[in-house]
Amino acid sequence: MDRNCAVRLIDVRVNYGQVLALDGVDLSVDRGQALGIVGPNGSGKSTLLKVVAGLVAPARGVVEVFGRRPRELPAGTIAYVPQVEAVDWSFPASVYDVVAMGRFPKLKTLARFGAPDREAVDRALSALRLDDLRSRHISQLSGGQQQRTFVARAIAQQPDLLLLDEPTTGVDAGTEESLRVLVRELVGGGMPVIMTTHDLDRAPEWFDRLAVVDKRVLATGDPREVLESGAYAGIREHTHVHGHMRT
Amino acid sequence: MSGILAPFALEFMQRALIVAVIVGALCSTIGTYVVLRKLSFIGDGIAHASFAGIVIAYLRGLDYYVGAGIVAVLTALGIGYVNRRGKVALDTAIGVLFTGAFALGVFLMSRQSHYSVDLEGFLFGNILSVSRGDLLLIAALASIVVFSLVLLYRPLLYTSFDPVVAEASGINVAFVDYALLVLLALTIIISLESVGIVLVAALLVTPAAAAYQLTRRFTRMLVLSGCIGTACSVLGLYLSYYLNAGSGATIVLLVTVVFFVAMAIGRATRYRTE
Repeated sequence: MDRNCAVRLIDVRVNYGQVLALDGVDLSVDRGQALGIVGPNGSGKSTLLKVVAGLVAPARGVVEVFGRRPRELPAGTIAYVPQVEAVDWSFPASVYDVVAMGRFPKLKTLARFGAPDREAVDRALSALRLDDLRSRHISQLSGGQQQRTFVARAIAQQPDLLLLDEPTTGVDAGTEESLRVLVRELVGGGMPVIMTTHDLDRAPEWFDRLAVVDKRVLATGDPREVLESGAYAGIREHTHVHGHMRT
Repeated sequence: MSGILAPFALEFMQRALIVAVIVGALCSTIGTYVVLRKLSFIGDGIAHASFAGIVIAYLRGLDYYVGAGIVAVLTALGIGYVNRRGKVALDTAIGVLFTGAFALGVFLMSRQSHYSVDLEGFLFGNILSVSRGDLLLIAALASIVVFSLVLLYRPLLYTSFDPVVAEASGINVAFVDYALLVLLALTIIISLESVGIVLVAALLVTPAAAAYQLTRRFTRMLVLSGCIGTACSVLGLYLSYYLNAGSGATIVLLVTVVFFVAMAIGRATRYRTE
């Protein structure tokens, strides 16, 4: 057993009914490593994160996070920031309330929400530049602010593994850069991160390794080498052709 | 002063007052989750389904609470199961289950040539008929529900807002969902005798909906809903005594008025801030 290994997928297949979402996926992520996932829409990128988070059970294969199945991990181990938050934005909660929820998984049943919890929430709010918005109701946030609130909740959780599903979609350049700095800081501190993205050009600045996914893993390795290999250009053309075929 | 408190000199009115406080506080507190999770229809469904349990208990010579309780909890778990595993929309599943169970109750009752039980009492409630034994049972069940709600406070809040992310972070969402449904079923059983099957849904939904108009914070909504429910129950009971009207209906009418007042206040204050 490689003790440095955080996430390992072996021959993973996922079906949604008749639809094949992922097939024969082998991937691994080490501690202190950021893995970027790129691929066209509908390529199974989000499904890949859900399998690692234990939200979707694979039809075949092995998914291990720190040597255990995701659902068997202690509460609070994994923090997941989904792509489009399908939550009710009229829910009675402020930015602070939502970020504080990040502390809930690790809190014992009747334990007080104490000073360490408040500190963790404050730090997460600062890291995402949300200090001024802490009392604001969540319905009064812009898309980028909503995204930052959910990333802050994940940070406040102080997880051992961070999963981010296209956190840069629909956010301004400043937010994107502060997210990137944050991710690099976390990775520098030993946290493994898996993140999906559409932004190929900046992938080398974000990630230590990059995987091109289209139901299968088409290429994986150093981001620059993967991009230069043309693995992604291949599927781009492929989807382009499909797009024409549909019309 | 003694004039105002005169009705409560009677022992059955004292018992009714205690039950009004318990039922009002409990329904409106758990109702916060019912409203935020959009489960309004479930309360109605469980209450109607428990009617079958009442009739079966009557025919078998069992305690009504036991019969209604078993059916209510089974219905709640059934609804939860269909929602998680079934390919049927939740409101459809509830519609099927509760009309079926309610019809079973009516069917069994209609085959009896004579019956002495006060079934109308269970449909519309009679808080004045609560006996000493009923009161003890209500208090015991209410304690269980309150204690469970306290233990589950954080998981219930998190899973009400964002079940997907809560599950990814290791919270057992299925357990929390089922637990809430069972607690809801127990709350409905507690309330059946006083407000009845038809009106219990209103007490589950309206105080929380009124509180939702007045605040944008969860804890405040929970407390405010509990206060509105309790106050309306007590005041409604008091009014029903003087108006010589049904207690359940008076309580629900009162809480409905409070809802519209809260809506007006909510709109007025929101327009001011925007």
